[in-house]
Amino acid sequence: MVEHTGIRVVHRGGSKINFREPIFTNDSRYLLCVSGESVKVYSTSTEECVQDLHGHTDLVTGVVLNPSNHLQAYSCSADGTVRLWDFTDGILIKTFIIGYPIYSIHVSEKHAGVVFVVIRMATEKFSELFQIVAVNLPRSADQDIEARELSAVLCDVSPHPGAASFGRGGEYIASAKGLQLEVYFFKNQKSYRFSLKSGMKKGINNTFTCISCHPKEDCIATGHGDGKIRLWRNFNQKKEYTYSTLHWHHNAVSALRFTPEGTNLLSGGIESVLVLWRYTQENQKNFLPRLGAAITHIAVSPDGSLFCTSHSDNKMTIIQSSVRVSAVIQGLVKSDVLQTDLMIDPGTKALVLNGKPGHLQFYSLQNDKQLYNLDIVQQEYIHQEGLHQFEVVKVAFSTCGDWLATVEERKQKNSELEISLKLWVYDKQIQSFGLNTTITAPHEDQITAMCFSPSSETTLLVTTSLDGYFKAWMLADHSDTKDVASWSCEFVGGYHRLKPGCFCFSADGSLLALVFQEVVTVWSPTSWEMLTTLSQPPGDIRDICFGRLSCSKYLVGTSTRNQLFCWNLLTCSLVWSTPMDVSLLQADPLSENMAAFCCQSGNSDLFVFKPSEPRPLYSKKTLCTGKVQRAIFAPRQQLLESSDEQSQWLNRSQLYFLTQNMDLLTFSTKTEDDRLLASSKQIDMDDSVAVTPFYLLLGKHRQQQKEKQELLAERTQLPQGTIAIKELLHTPAHVLPSASFLCSMFVHSLLISSSSAREEKEPAEEEMESEREEEDSEGEADPIHSRQDLGGSAAWCLVDESGAPALTKAQERELRRVKKVDHSWLSSILDC
Amino acid sequence: MSRHNWRRRIATMGEFKVHRVRFFDYMPTAIRAMAFNAETERLALARTDGSVEVFSFADRYFQEKVIPGKDSLSIEALCWVGMRLFSAGLNGLITEYDLENLRPKYSVEAYGGPIWTMISNTQGTHIAIGCEDGTVKLFELLVEGIHFERNLDRQKGRIISLSWHPSGTQIAAGMMDMIRVFDVPTGHAEKRFLVDRGVGGSKSRETVVWSVAFLSDHTIFSGDSAGKVQVWDGHSGTLLKTHLVTKWDVLALSISKDESSVVAGTSEGTVVQFQYIAPNLQKPEKEWVRTRTFKNHSHDVRALADIGTAIISGGIDTQLVVRPLLEKFDEKSFASGLRRIQFTHRNLVSCAKKDGLLLFQFPGHLELWRLGESDEHGKPGDILHLKRKPEKLLHLKRKGEDHICCSALSSSGGWLAYSTVSSIRIYKLQTDDNNLSITKVPKLPKVLRSAHKLCFSSDSTHLYAASSKSSVLVISLNQSECKYVHTLKPKSGSRQPIHLLTTSADGKWLAAANSDCEVHVYNLQILALHCIVPVYGSCPSALGIHPSSNNLIVVHADQKIFEYSIVEKQYTDWSRQLQKHGLHYLWLDRDTPVTHVTFNPKNPEHILLHDRHMFCIIDKSLPLPDQKTQFYNQMTLRSLSEQERPHHLHAFKVCRNFQDLLCVCLLDEQSLVVVERPLMAITSQLPAPVRQKKFAT
Repeated sequence: MVEHTGIRVVHRGGSKINFREPIFTNDSRYLLCVSGESVKVYSTSTEECVQDLHGHTDLVTGVVLNPSNHLQAYSCSADGTVRLWDFTDGILIKTFIIGYPIYSIHVSEKHAGVVFVVIRMATEKFSELFQIVAVNLPRSADQDIEARELSAVLCDVSPHPGAASFGRGGEYIASAKGLQLEVYFFKNQKSYRFSLKSGMKKGINNTFTCISCHPKEDCIATGHGDGKIRLWRNFNQKKEYTYSTLHWHHNAVSALRFTPEGTNLLSGGIESVLVLWRYTQENQKNFLPRLGAAITHIAVSPDGSLFCTSHSDNKMTIIQSSVRVSAVIQGLVKSDVLQTDLMIDPGTKALVLNGKPGHLQFYSLQNDKQLYNLDIVQQEYIHQEGLHQFEVVKVAFSTCGDWLATVEERKQKNSELEISLKLWVYDKQIQSFGLNTTITAPHEDQITAMCFSPSSETTLLVTTSLDGYFKAWMLADHSDTKDVASWSCEFVGGYHRLKPGCFCFSADGSLLALVFQEVVTVWSPTSWEMLTTLSQPPGDIRDICFGRLSCSKYLVGTSTRNQLFCWNLLTCSLVWSTPMDVSLLQADPLSENMAAFCCQSGNSDLFVFKPSEPRPLYSKKTLCTGKVQRAIFAPRQQLLESSDEQSQWLNRSQLYFLTQNMDLLTFSTKTEDDRLLASSKQIDMDDSVAVTPFYLLLGKHRQQQKEKQELLAERTQLPQGTIAIKELLHTPAHVLPSASFLCSMFVHSLLISSSSAREEKEPAEEEMESEREEEDSEGEADPIHSRQDLGGSAAWCLVDESGAPALTKAQERELRRVKKVDHSWLSSILDC
Repeated sequence: MSRHNWRRRIATMGEFKVHRVRFFDYMPTAIRAMAFNAETERLALARTDGSVEVFSFADRYFQEKVIPGKDSLSIEALCWVGMRLFSAGLNGLITEYDLENLRPKYSVEAYGGPIWTMISNTQGTHIAIGCEDGTVKLFELLVEGIHFERNLDRQKGRIISLSWHPSGTQIAAGMMDMIRVFDVPTGHAEKRFLVDRGVGGSKSRETVVWSVAFLSDHTIFSGDSAGKVQVWDGHSGTLLKTHLVTKWDVLALSISKDESSVVAGTSEGTVVQFQYIAPNLQKPEKEWVRTRTFKNHSHDVRALADIGTAIISGGIDTQLVVRPLLEKFDEKSFASGLRRIQFTHRNLVSCAKKDGLLLFQFPGHLELWRLGESDEHGKPGDILHLKRKPEKLLHLKRKGEDHICCSALSSSGGWLAYSTVSSIRIYKLQTDDNNLSITKVPKLPKVLRSAHKLCFSSDSTHLYAASSKSSVLVISLNQSECKYVHTLKPKSGSRQPIHLLTTSADGKWLAAANSDCEVHVYNLQILALHCIVPVYGSCPSALGIHPSSNNLIVVHADQKIFEYSIVEKQYTDWSRQLQKHGLHYLWLDRDTPVTHVTFNPKNPEHILLHDRHMFCIIDKSLPLPDQKTQFYNQMTLRSLSEQERPHHLHAFKVCRNFQDLLCVCLLDEQSLVVVERPLMAITSQLPAPVRQKKFAT
């Protein structure tokens, strides 16, 4: 993977967590969900990501628990492999190579050692027909195993994982595609097909959208395009099959799931309401409304105590079975169209972009976590298809981050465009933005660009619009009145009735370069004089950018006629130009560097250059397929110290870009990878909750309390037993050697050997112990109590439960006596 | 009645001027009870006006018999015992019907106040009724009549519904707030199931158990006014399952014959099906599961019947719906389509061709209208302005309690006659320019007591009245009096009533069709039977004798058309050719029978037929359509050029511009009268349906 330059394109943060249905672990404490090329393990109580299972080299398309071992999970990916994970420790156990891209995975307890995967039917890559095949996973000790034993179960199925489901006890599999439902019984290898009429004329849409089988009875629930849910029964008959219909949803049912006992049926759709139907008493239903965005998947924990809904805004909501929301795991919200540019909030250094409809989201890229949502439109969003509602289309931050400008617009078919410009001021007290000024209809037509002046003296905002004007807005100072300062229009300008396009302030805010189709006009924002015009025919200018720092005399632009050119503003002459189809030009605010994305033959290329020299610093061909939509340089928290010429441009800031498929990608250097690897935290899965700073704070206090109690109870610890027992109990059962082998080791560990013999025998263990001692600073500080601290309270109880019965009172007394001897021995080791 | 319904237009349509009549306010009444006889495949249906209709399900749901109602008669229950049909109503009487003479045979007072329900046992020996005073009364069936046997234990509160266990030893009775199970041999009430009241405000109201159904495994279904369908174990008396089906009432229940399905009709107009299904396909244990919901009615479903292959439902919205269960059919057929029977299959309109008069028959009165006139001429499709508006000349109220069963208007417009089950009245009409005088013919011959069908001869000198045992009475009319002439009797000895009568234009022939599917042709000159048209298995739905050739056209309920030459006493060549060639499948697929046949005097090759959805001109000179030819081709023909058109013509010219037709007839001056009764107008006169919460309201 690592290229010779040491720079590679990675997914870092913001990947989809709603792509496939998440799954609960058996104890409902963790939630596994696919996220880009990895599988993430979230804690259901704290919403923290506790494990990230890396290994797949392409999009992960499904994850299921191993039915024969609930501590393991299978994941499948478009890279053609099925991988078996130990998700508690984050260990990849096995890789099964199937060889074809896999679209979803199903397992059933009845079919041990077999997974059912959906692959394309024909061998050619672009066949649109899919099939479910049973893959016999060979037993082998190897890490990578070729699993080529495929047998087709159902042909022509939908690749959507919600469109197939195992029935009661895995006796049959039901799959729906289009207007047809197919049920395949494994026992007699018979399949039954049931078709519905399209009924499109009558406003009915009978297309199957999702499917779920009752776990205890032979009943299949199917969701349909018009919001109906059908419950199929008697489906082992060609004609005498029957179904009942439930109808609450007004749009397509997108997810359906029975609870493990089959007492309830959960359904969801675009209405963002989770509906809970009582099985056999469908008139009684419960609702959980206002979930924020359309429901795409529903998962239920194996004990039925928790539900999880995935939403179209890249969110997972964990819901208790009493239909109350208990936790929300929010990823980077990606709407279908990104209206705003990618922005970096100067205050929080968070990435700012369109979030929920009508909102802006502040997303911390470092922590891969959404910080907060800012409601811009401040209107109720109606979850219905075909409605035109207000959308945030433009965002701008002032340099120091105390002002935020937003533009929202709504275009309805037969009515005028509604635009409003809102200005928000950062309130330090509430640590958020508050609305300062609303300007309705700031322009006659759509606003094409908006930017604050970077100058520190004045607060100035410039907007350009398709109506042919650009406007400058100033914060009017009402020092004489008691009113809060508000914004008003300062200047309206234009140039020969041409439509203004993009514009750019110079780094110090003294110049403003405004593009009117093929003419660049340079203005002075203080006097609003037009200083000069530059033109570079042919072609309209698409992007324009002032150079920074040492290159501030340069103005770089791109045109629609595949030109990248650079003016010297001192001489007002063209310095250089190259023929290049630049689709996006982005300047790094912290260095002279500029990034240009070119789109050639369906792939995007990247060039990083300095305006002063036309030779690129770095170039990368075929960055991704499709056009790069947006890009942003995000300042780093810690500067990188890379000396490599190729990766130097990434030292100060990181370049993030959005591809056509709305994937947020970035560049990673080798040094960065190393650093990440070093800091990858080892999460102790023993703790009932994941480690958070708050927990550390509180947990320490609690631990101390516990220790005191233990001391009172005069519990003593076995000298060497702790480590061996801990090892024993903490190693997953499947990797342990046989119990008979362990038994002798265990007994040995309980035995107290003479100190002389021990010193020779167990140097290895000593090392381990000493490591542990180092970790535990308290233990070092107080050698008397080091033993008690060492194991922690959890291990203590376990020892008592498992090991204690073997000891008589006499032995205990003996042990206590030996313990004192032991301390001196240990301290002697520590000293040397 | 709104002004809108008085609209009547004359429009030119091709070669005809069309009088589009919409002022006939025909209003069928709500369906109250239903009984299906599986042996004879006949459905008896009671309406709220007390009329009883018998439909033959073997013969394309043809309305075979209509027994007219009576004022103050309300039927609550119907039941078949073998071939005998009984009804019981709120007047406290049990009535047996004489299906041969289409009248009640006798009525027996039950002495228990209003009767809410009636049921017969499967053995066919007894009838049980549930009365207002809380008694369940058993009647023994005798060959002639019924005989009161005994009361079961009297209860407090009325008995609303009854169901007899198939073994005949137990009866379940639905009452207010409870269900009781009676042991029939001892007559004691054995068990009592309490039915919960509805929630909320309806808690103070008693729950009415509108319907119960007793299955052979002692499972009892009940449907009540709280909207529940409950399943009870009849042995232990425990409630097995409650299905809340509606917010309103569950009014009717019906079990299929194999007891694998139960349907429930609700006030919302839905029919909910419950099926006996194994929840685990590998195991034999089954349970009752709510499955399908059918919504074919806008109002209460008051009566239901599960006939195995279909569910028949009827209610306040007056239509009878046959909803086939598609899993019971292997291939598409007539029976596998959804059928709605909205209009009666009888003719309610008579037309005096010479004067342009229309007689409309209502159960309680007759209306005589004169059609409007226009002297304009226009292009096809134009609406002509009326010179004279249509005018209601006469509103004739019937005498007595019985409803009118048939009426007739002579073609000259000089005579009018109607009949109820108890009497016949004949009137002489005289029209001057604007005045109409009506005089009742005073003395009628004694034999003329009641008629199933009335018909005037074309020259208005005779009246023919279909009487009992398929006989036809011939009455001669003159200015002052009417005289009995003769009784025409069929040779076959059929006892079934005549439902169609027609005379030839020259007054020589009379054709009569009865429910035994026989068509008799009488020679009126010698007053004797001329011939019998070979009996065809389906009931004739329309008859007509061609004015010039005297060929008899018979259209049957299964849409077959025959042409029979009366003179030669054999089928004509065209008819044979038609049978050989076969009718087009689209013609055979139509779901309403042809109810009227007329002829075009200008073009002897033309036959005019109509059913509810279309009227058709059969041009015998044109080739018959193949199965592959486009049958409804009027639109295509219009788009073709004059040269191409003849190649695409075929004998059936179907016009579907007019819908919901009650009558189409041809007046003398080449103008067509089309009597429409739009369904919307009927629906608008129905009471408001129960309020239902609909999405986004």
